[in-house]
Amino acid sequence: MATETIARAHDADARVVRTGVVRRLFRRVEVGAFIGAVVVWVFFALVAPANWLTITGVSRILDSASTLGIMAVAVALLMIGGEFDLSAGVLTGTCGLIAGMLATQLGLSIWPAMAVSLVFALAVGYFNGWMVVNTRLPSFIVTLATFFILRGANVGVTRLVTQRVLVSNIDQVAGFMDARNLFDLEFSLLGAQFRTSTIWWIVIAFIATWVLQRTRYGNWIFAVGGDAVAARNVGVPADRVKIALFMTTSVAAWLVGMMSIVRLRSAVASEGIGQEFVYIIAVVTGGCLLTGGYGSVIGACIGALIFGMARVGIVFAGWDTDWFYSFLGIMLLVAVLVNNYTRRRAEAVGIAAARARTEEEGQ
Amino acid sequence: MTAEPLLEVRHLTKLFGSVIALDDVSAKVYRGEVTCLLGDNGAGKSTLIKILSGVFPPTDGEYLFEGKPCHFRSPREARALGIATVYQDLSLLPLMPVWRNFFLGAEPEKGTALLRRFDVATAKRIVRDELAKMGITVHDLDQPVGTMSGGERQSLAIARAVYFGAKVLILDEPTAALGVKQAGMVLRYVAQAKARNLGVIFISHNPQHAYTVGDRFVILKRGRVLGSWTKQELSLAEMIYCMSGADELETLSAELDQIARGNGPQAATRAA
Repeated sequence: MATETIARAHDADARVVRTGVVRRLFRRVEVGAFIGAVVVWVFFALVAPANWLTITGVSRILDSASTLGIMAVAVALLMIGGEFDLSAGVLTGTCGLIAGMLATQLGLSIWPAMAVSLVFALAVGYFNGWMVVNTRLPSFIVTLATFFILRGANVGVTRLVTQRVLVSNIDQVAGFMDARNLFDLEFSLLGAQFRTSTIWWIVIAFIATWVLQRTRYGNWIFAVGGDAVAARNVGVPADRVKIALFMTTSVAAWLVGMMSIVRLRSAVASEGIGQEFVYIIAVVTGGCLLTGGYGSVIGACIGALIFGMARVGIVFAGWDTDWFYSFLGIMLLVAVLVNNYTRRRAEAVGIAAARARTEEEGQ
Repeated sequence: MTAEPLLEVRHLTKLFGSVIALDDVSAKVYRGEVTCLLGDNGAGKSTLIKILSGVFPPTDGEYLFEGKPCHFRSPREARALGIATVYQDLSLLPLMPVWRNFFLGAEPEKGTALLRRFDVATAKRIVRDELAKMGITVHDLDQPVGTMSGGERQSLAIARAVYFGAKVLILDEPTAALGVKQAGMVLRYVAQAKARNLGVIFISHNPQHAYTVGDRFVILKRGRVLGSWTKQELSLAEMIYCMSGADELETLSAELDQIARGNGPQAATRAA
């Protein structure tokens, strides 16, 4: 079919328009993830139609995908900007523990405790970004170090303060219900229970897409991920952009941490460990290149949605949830292969069309 | 042309430690002319353009732009004055669409405060117009630059520099690594830039390309100016002769003779 399209490009203008549509469709970053999402949805619709095809099914999927989706949005921006953050998962736990401990141990109300936690998150993001930009070390190494530092501190500090590895009774703190209403309120819609975290996710994804596609900062994010030196040559403040992206990821981790503690009413020292890879899987499934400079927020959200569908679908189908992570691994592999295929296809068509034009001009 | 030169360097010297990269180099660049900077590898071409584009200052000598002395501390200062350099890597991002690349770092915006945004419609319109003025037709502005040919990319980079107010356009080996047809395309845009009254500095070690578009030729050799000529004063054959240098050609043919006689390259090197 590819050769057919190339042949058409030679023919007439009307054919060129058709080629344009095919190219445009295949050039969408999200096309691989979208096909994957449809496949997974149809699959579970056939396997477990009774639960799957209800509003409750939809609400369960969205709830399962929402916090991951929020992180995937931030991690997608960071990855398009050419960097990783392996400390993002464990930081959700750290933020929850800090807010929880300050509130329960010092008797603060929940809001100042959350504010201090936010400042800490920003500092971690700044540190990650500053280290990457100034030492020129790969962000993989820098944030791996941050990951282990935080992971140790989460357990160490929590045990020191509470003599246990969790902070409980957060719901006794002043202002708890307000925070819960803001971050994780349950509400009814069409007869099913939804949560505010889903709304947060949608709003954040919308803003991030707008920033990425329609502001100069978005252009800069693509540029620093594509080639930081070239970006600097034309006047993009590459270092500032990268640091800002790390800080954005940290703020997302803080938000997810807050959602977790108001939902569970406690903070566990092991919270978030291992999640950093799930974020990356969602983002890569959504079509972002590991090497940066290419990707989409919507794609990352679809990646998170696939993850949510799989987690809920396996339960609905009555399967052994032990196999969930194997499913994730397969999903990652298939997604990357599909993305590679569609991208190569889009490029091949694009290059063929360009070549056809050059030949026409030459004649 | 008797007009005041747009850009002039007088007695430039550049030392890197004890290495003399440039020694007493003087040259002039005029509006609406293509000045070719020629020379073999290591002749000092790169050093000279880096001084001109503000990457580093000369050790000694004068640098005048529009008659005023310049002391640039960064390429940004040179660019602000209208001295644009298109390097070989072009500073283009292959995965980015044409219109995004064009405006990278200088995006037009509209709206206020939180709704301040990239004016996409204006950006696309300007890119289409500017490329058309240079005689480049891009059918799809959303096409990633990586799918364009080398010549198209080079032309895009030139169009970008011209649009952003370049008065002097420094092109670092724009036709190197291009095929015949592609190189021809780039040479056409160089002529376009000249027609728009820019002073063009064209760095090359391809005498054919340089002679086709050049008005003035400066040949560098081992950090010194071997000579500068206008097109009337110099034929292509003479230029090639000057660039390679008579003595070197003779050495080379002697070496080749020895190789042909079966003594091998080592023997030839020892003999030299």
